[in-house]
Amino acid sequence: MRTAVVVFPGSNCDRDVERAILDMGLGPVDMVWHDEEGFHEHNGPELVVLPGGFSYGDYLRSGALAAKSRIMKAVRAHAEGGGLLLGICNGFQILTEAGLLPGALLPNANLRFICAPCHIRVERSDTPFTKSFKDGQIVQFPIAHHEGLYFLPPDELAALESRGHVVFRYSAPKSAASAGAGEKFSPNGSLNGIAGVINERGNVLGLMPHPERATLKNLIRGADGRIFWNSVGEHFGVWGDKK
Amino acid sequence: MNYRDAGLSDAEYAKVNDILGREPNELETALIGVMWSEHCSYKSTRRLLSKFPQTGKYLVQGPGENAGVVDCRSGWGLAFKVESHNHPSAVAPYQGAATGVGGIIRDILAMGARPAASMDGLFFGMPDSGKSRVLAEGIVDGIAGYGNAVGVPTIGGKTFYDPCFEGNPLVNAFNCGFVRLDKIVSSKTARPGDMAVLLGSKTGRDGIAGASFASRELNEENRGSRGHIQIGDPFEEKLLIECCLDLLDQGLIVSMQDMGAAGILSSSSEIAHKSGTGIEIFCERIPLREEMEPWEIFLSESQERMLLILSEDKLGAVRDLARHYGLECAAVGTITDDGRYRVVRDGVAIADIPVSVLGDAPPVDWPETPPAGMAERREVPKGMKSADPAADLIKLIGSVYGACREEIWRQYDCQVQLRTAAEPGAPVSALRIPDSDSLVAFAMEAEPWKCHTDPKLGAMETMAQSIRTLALCGAEAIGMTNCLNFPSPENPEHYYVLSRCVEGLAAVCRDMDCPVVSGNVSLYNETPRGAVYPSPLVVTAGIVPHYIYFVSGGHAREGDLIFLAGPAVGSLGSSRWQVLCSDPERMTPRGATLRYDAEAEIAFAAHALLTSKKADIKKSARVVAGGGLSVALAKEAILSGQGMTIELERDPFAAMFSEGGPRAVYIIPPAAADKFLACWEGFPVARIGQVGGKSLVVKDFMEVPVGVLQSAFYGTKV
Repeated sequence: MRTAVVVFPGSNCDRDVERAILDMGLGPVDMVWHDEEGFHEHNGPELVVLPGGFSYGDYLRSGALAAKSRIMKAVRAHAEGGGLLLGICNGFQILTEAGLLPGALLPNANLRFICAPCHIRVERSDTPFTKSFKDGQIVQFPIAHHEGLYFLPPDELAALESRGHVVFRYSAPKSAASAGAGEKFSPNGSLNGIAGVINERGNVLGLMPHPERATLKNLIRGADGRIFWNSVGEHFGVWGDKK
Repeated sequence: MNYRDAGLSDAEYAKVNDILGREPNELETALIGVMWSEHCSYKSTRRLLSKFPQTGKYLVQGPGENAGVVDCRSGWGLAFKVESHNHPSAVAPYQGAATGVGGIIRDILAMGARPAASMDGLFFGMPDSGKSRVLAEGIVDGIAGYGNAVGVPTIGGKTFYDPCFEGNPLVNAFNCGFVRLDKIVSSKTARPGDMAVLLGSKTGRDGIAGASFASRELNEENRGSRGHIQIGDPFEEKLLIECCLDLLDQGLIVSMQDMGAAGILSSSSEIAHKSGTGIEIFCERIPLREEMEPWEIFLSESQERMLLILSEDKLGAVRDLARHYGLECAAVGTITDDGRYRVVRDGVAIADIPVSVLGDAPPVDWPETPPAGMAERREVPKGMKSADPAADLIKLIGSVYGACREEIWRQYDCQVQLRTAAEPGAPVSALRIPDSDSLVAFAMEAEPWKCHTDPKLGAMETMAQSIRTLALCGAEAIGMTNCLNFPSPENPEHYYVLSRCVEGLAAVCRDMDCPVVSGNVSLYNETPRGAVYPSPLVVTAGIVPHYIYFVSGGHAREGDLIFLAGPAVGSLGSSRWQVLCSDPERMTPRGATLRYDAEAEIAFAAHALLTSKKADIKKSARVVAGGGLSVALAKEAILSGQGMTIELERDPFAAMFSEGGPRAVYIIPPAAADKFLACWEGFPVARIGQVGGKSLVVKDFMEVPVGVLQSAFYGTKV
């Protein structure tokens, strides 16, 4: 499995994503600078990751400038060709700004940056990004953002839900699973407790929580992210933890 | 510019004339004035600071460079330093704090290290003061706004509150980074013929002469001095970090220097001074945001700039890399062999003085005298007693001194770069060392009340506490950095207190074999309302040889036994209880803290380290610090969600609320008790109780439901 991590000026989780994927044994990983025309022609990536951070300083609006950068033409072409595209945190914001995913990420309800461990429920285990999870499984990925309130107008939100495009939803911890998931568990005020969404074709995923921050062992905030990377590995027939 | 406006005294100006053999011109006067300011020259404290021990088995680089470096034993060094940004934060809290974070990051970067983590020591006025709240919120916002965007985690810190900080908050920004031991950058390596290149932001009229501003008391007149304030751009800084590390990796530069206080002037003159060379700078080659006078250009503290030193043949490659990162890059000067600091404009030298004049400000010795009433301050009030111990404990736990500070640290990204090994809010912060299973742990401590009532003992307790906290978690202390926050040294009483504090810190560092690797002095912390308490802040770094040895708190389980290691009581003098509960209206610290006992401290650290290495003993542990045994036990109960029953032999009041000295709580499963006690043979240790029930019960003394403690602990607002 070949991964390209796009590095925008101001990205700061690019190296973390690289370390997480390498730690999972799912390499190689290419770091691709924002002003490049495209990915390497031979050996194009199977997975493209738009990492977290503050691309272009998040000036103007989170993700807005990055969505117009030169590399995005190739990113779009990769997705249109059916390749896997993953946006984490600022990467998710970029995907919505680029129109590759619906919705918008608004400032957190408390108007503050929030860095915290966070419980999410896996709503679909039939996507390339989630096939190693069980349906309804509750896992912990940390969040760290200032603009993470997922917003859509009511009719579009209903449509998103009915098409099953919500992949991760903020939830009660595993120990209190019966309390369910949804808006009251949103740390940031996200509508319907939405933490991550996927496109109709099922190859473009955006999420605010950071799986790469729950990957390396013996650090704070757990290692549930390994299941996430295993899913992608499984999709491409490489086995990460299971090999 | 009059020499007095430049900050020079009559005697200093006479000395300048003497050295130059002529009168300096206006520009030269301005340059010398700033370099001889307290902030740049440490002229009042240089002799005091020489008392700090500067050798140690892990020491790689002591004071004298942009930051100190210790050996992490895996081919990596740890560069670290703490620096104050007090005056700017008092005037413009958001930008003051933000640029404090940015500035210390560039100090670490200048050592060739990738900045890996920040911490902040924050001293605020009381939270019920509207003015203090505005400052506190602005400062926390600034740290979050800058630190999060620049991609360096903020992994911990310390907050302290007292009315004396109203209008003069203290912001001490710490940063550390990892650098390969064979790649450490030095400012002594410039050679004649090398080029001086400016990288990063254009120079503008912001923060001009901030260094002189920081070398005076705050008053209504200079509080309006926004021109002295720097404006930060974390986006630019992030690019600067990546570009500088790339330049080093590719071997394109000889040295680099961050531009902090006194901007181009101090960075360029320091590098020439330390390298024993001269430097010539061409004024018109400096990229400017606006039209500026030469003295403004040289004193501007515009942020996000670095000075690079490189050989001429590398200039093209350096320019290319700067362009890749979208950074401005300009060759502005040349290293010379004549020992002169020369500023050239349109082919004419407009300043031409020996580099050594700028680098060697004459030291100042201020007279010192013990403060009036010192003896009375030292005296611990007699007959203190708690009318309602449970209510007092709830008060301590619910106060800003005891409560969970989550409202602050939740706003900081504590995890980016994936090295963080301890949750923020814990007594120590910890990072994984690259290519290794070991951790580096940091303890940040300050005890302004105790330093006020007995400067030497207070400073000793501050330093000793940092070592104990590290030892308890399994870390051997290997180096310390400090920020000396004090009022004006020109007042003999203040100077006396400052020197006693330095003596105290130095003595403990010597005893514990912990060198001082770097630091910063912030004087003139006073407003028309008065001076701040003497507030030396220390950050001590220690190594935990393997992450499995790391000991933390909050894991007590029902049935576990509770032990107190160390003496049964400390001192109530200037304790949290004494200040907050004995006379809550006045909140005045009274009484010296416990007498320092080097032998006991050394033994405590050894036993605690030994205990940490018994990985098979499941343990939850906490040092007895602010609030005494009562707060240590309460925090274990709160975080574990467990009650406790405690039985104390004598005087439970003093045992529970006194502070100071090497004391710690260990909570151990009964089956491991013998093994644990064997680790502490030869040191006082007593079994004081057992975990269980729903309340914290101290027999014949107090009973508080854990739920009540939890709501007090989690309920407090910033």
